[in-house]
Amino acid sequence: MANIQEKIAKLFPEAVCEQFDTLQVTIPDSRWHDLAVALKEDPDLCYDYLITIVGMDWKTSMGCVYYMMSTTRGNDVIAVKVLATGDREMPMIHSVYDVWAVATLYEREVYDFFGIVFVNNPDMRRLFLNIDWIGYPLRKDYNDDPNINPATTRSERQSDFTQSWVEEPDGRIVKTEPRIFAEDDFVVNIGPQHPSTHGVLRFRTAVDGETIKKIDVYMGYIHRGVEKLSEKLTYQQTLPFMDRLDYFSAHNYHHGLCRLIERAAGITISRRAEVIRVMMDELSRIASHCLFMGTFCMDLGATSMLFYTLRVREQILDIMERTCGARMTFNYDCIGGVMQDLDSNFQQDVKDLLAVIPANIKEYNKVFVGNVIAKQRMEGIGHLSKEDAIAYGVTGPSGRASGWSCDLRKIRPYSIYPELEFDEVLATEGDAMARFKVRLEEIVQSARILEQLVDNIPEGEYCVKVPKVLKLPVGHWWEMVEGCRGVFGLYLESDGSTQPYRLKIAPPCLPAAGVVDHITRGMKIADLIAIGGSLDYIIPDMDR
Amino acid sequence: MEVTTKSMPYEAWKDNEYIENLVKELQESGTNVIVGQFDKLINWGRSNSIWPLTFATSCCGIEFVSLGAARFDMARFGWEVARSSPRQADFMMVAGTIVHRMVPVFRRLYDQLAEPKYVIACGSCAISGGPFRNSYHVAKGIEDIVPVDVFVPGCPPRPEAMIYGIMQLSRKIKVERFFGGVNRQQSQEQFLREHPVEGLDVE
Repeated sequence: MANIQEKIAKLFPEAVCEQFDTLQVTIPDSRWHDLAVALKEDPDLCYDYLITIVGMDWKTSMGCVYYMMSTTRGNDVIAVKVLATGDREMPMIHSVYDVWAVATLYEREVYDFFGIVFVNNPDMRRLFLNIDWIGYPLRKDYNDDPNINPATTRSERQSDFTQSWVEEPDGRIVKTEPRIFAEDDFVVNIGPQHPSTHGVLRFRTAVDGETIKKIDVYMGYIHRGVEKLSEKLTYQQTLPFMDRLDYFSAHNYHHGLCRLIERAAGITISRRAEVIRVMMDELSRIASHCLFMGTFCMDLGATSMLFYTLRVREQILDIMERTCGARMTFNYDCIGGVMQDLDSNFQQDVKDLLAVIPANIKEYNKVFVGNVIAKQRMEGIGHLSKEDAIAYGVTGPSGRASGWSCDLRKIRPYSIYPELEFDEVLATEGDAMARFKVRLEEIVQSARILEQLVDNIPEGEYCVKVPKVLKLPVGHWWEMVEGCRGVFGLYLESDGSTQPYRLKIAPPCLPAAGVVDHITRGMKIADLIAIGGSLDYIIPDMDR
Repeated sequence: MEVTTKSMPYEAWKDNEYIENLVKELQESGTNVIVGQFDKLINWGRSNSIWPLTFATSCCGIEFVSLGAARFDMARFGWEVARSSPRQADFMMVAGTIVHRMVPVFRRLYDQLAEPKYVIACGSCAISGGPFRNSYHVAKGIEDIVPVDVFVPGCPPRPEAMIYGIMQLSRKIKVERFFGGVNRQQSQEQFLREHPVEGLDVE
């Protein structure tokens, strides 16, 4: 860490380095773009994966905290804090869309929530809210009177133009309005109500015959404002929202937020709770991948696969139900451990599950993977190279199918994962077939983890005593866990009260949707279904 | 008259009051014997094959998928033909949160359903906004947007609850007047006057 600090201080004397849970560099906006280029290009730094951009409103000032990770050099994380210039009417920061490709999308999100304009970003539209939305909801002085922005049945105003603020050579900032599509493009609308978009996502697709020229991903049809809601609740009350983002990774997301709050509050949990949490994480990973296979194959026309895969999923849901009391939205992990002890039959149930998994995997391979039609629909479709996966921040099984070793359980192990024996599943093809196979293989690996743990659940208390209303010290924290679909990041800032000052959720599905435009270009419309399905995004997760 | 469906004993239903009111209403309005018998026949057919629209926005939709799979198997009841086009569907299971951006889309889907059409509000988000009620971007229940026939509480409701909800709908269909009742298409103007769409002038 120290040499990175020295290196940055040498290159940028005006940068201020502080050590929190990660190294944080504060830099004025005028030097930010240069720092970003150095962070990415310099062989000693090489922070090539931008995890998220956290927009912030500190009341007196506004700004952003960028979190990035180096994939080649030990996977360490660095934070960069940039204060916006200009007044609250129009705060501005220079864009880094040309450094990390995924920044285009993240900056749009920050603009939508905070009204911070990113200079030079070619597409500065709102992301989740309507064009005519009044105010920026995550600002602290936002007026949430429902009469200002009512829910209306009036059709949303659409525009063919985006907006962009460009810096001229003489330093003036000029607003331009470029077109989203070319004037003679033929644009087809896919979604938001479409059976194979996996929820309410909309693609505005410019086509040339059947070939896709460009896709404008239009989201926000299930944007529920979880981050703003969390600011009015106590820490314990924010937990149930984690169930409802990516409802397949409910346990994993809970695990992440609990770890974050426990670390901030200095709570140590028992080993028993730790083991239970990891077992639940892995069970939900199997259940999630099972459902992925079912729905993905259904999209491709193989409806029967859904019945095969849901059989295992139902078995897992039964195990969870006996312990957590629900089939979905478990709300099981809590601050200090888990909500209640394991069901007395839990171990036997898991053993029964592990006994049937190998036969099922064999069956899935037989029914679908070797199928000629499936091969033709999936092989070589939607190729994503490793460099692009990193640039667009596509993590999880989709990233690993492109050869990017991005499994946090391996590269930044947390909880009890360092003690466990399992392989990180990697593929090099980067196509839809590889993404499918990686998930299939991950089921086997998760089963391996469960096998090691099922007979080794230590005795002890399942939850330590934690005050009903928790107060965190002033500060900010960063945490990442591996959800079923990739890196799930959480940023928490506390002002010392009982409620979070800011809770930023960095979901894995947002970048997965952001890369759709890039990998579908030149493909056929029918392939869009295979590609979208294989990326396996969950819309409530990306919209939050 | 004890109205029930799928061989469920009448006493097993948790709420019979509303159906008794509907029966009373039906009996009071009176109808021709022959037409009444035809009504019965057609309603028997309709109530045993109600086709849902595949419409899901979030968590509840996944339970709806489970409902379609082998374990809960809604094909037993004749509801398995989930249609992707609203023109072919009979009812709409609103599974999930409806947010501001979704409201006009949702309303348009409802308007596109062919008459007679029904709506089930499934899960607390569709009923009231649920855990997200206080959010700046969530509609506080779908009842303000479209008329709702059945509410299924839960977050998300279990598949069994969904089955119970759709069975209630099927029971409701059984006591409707078909000829001269739901068969007579309500005029577009009248419906829009009762449920206005902003920006659309009825006259």
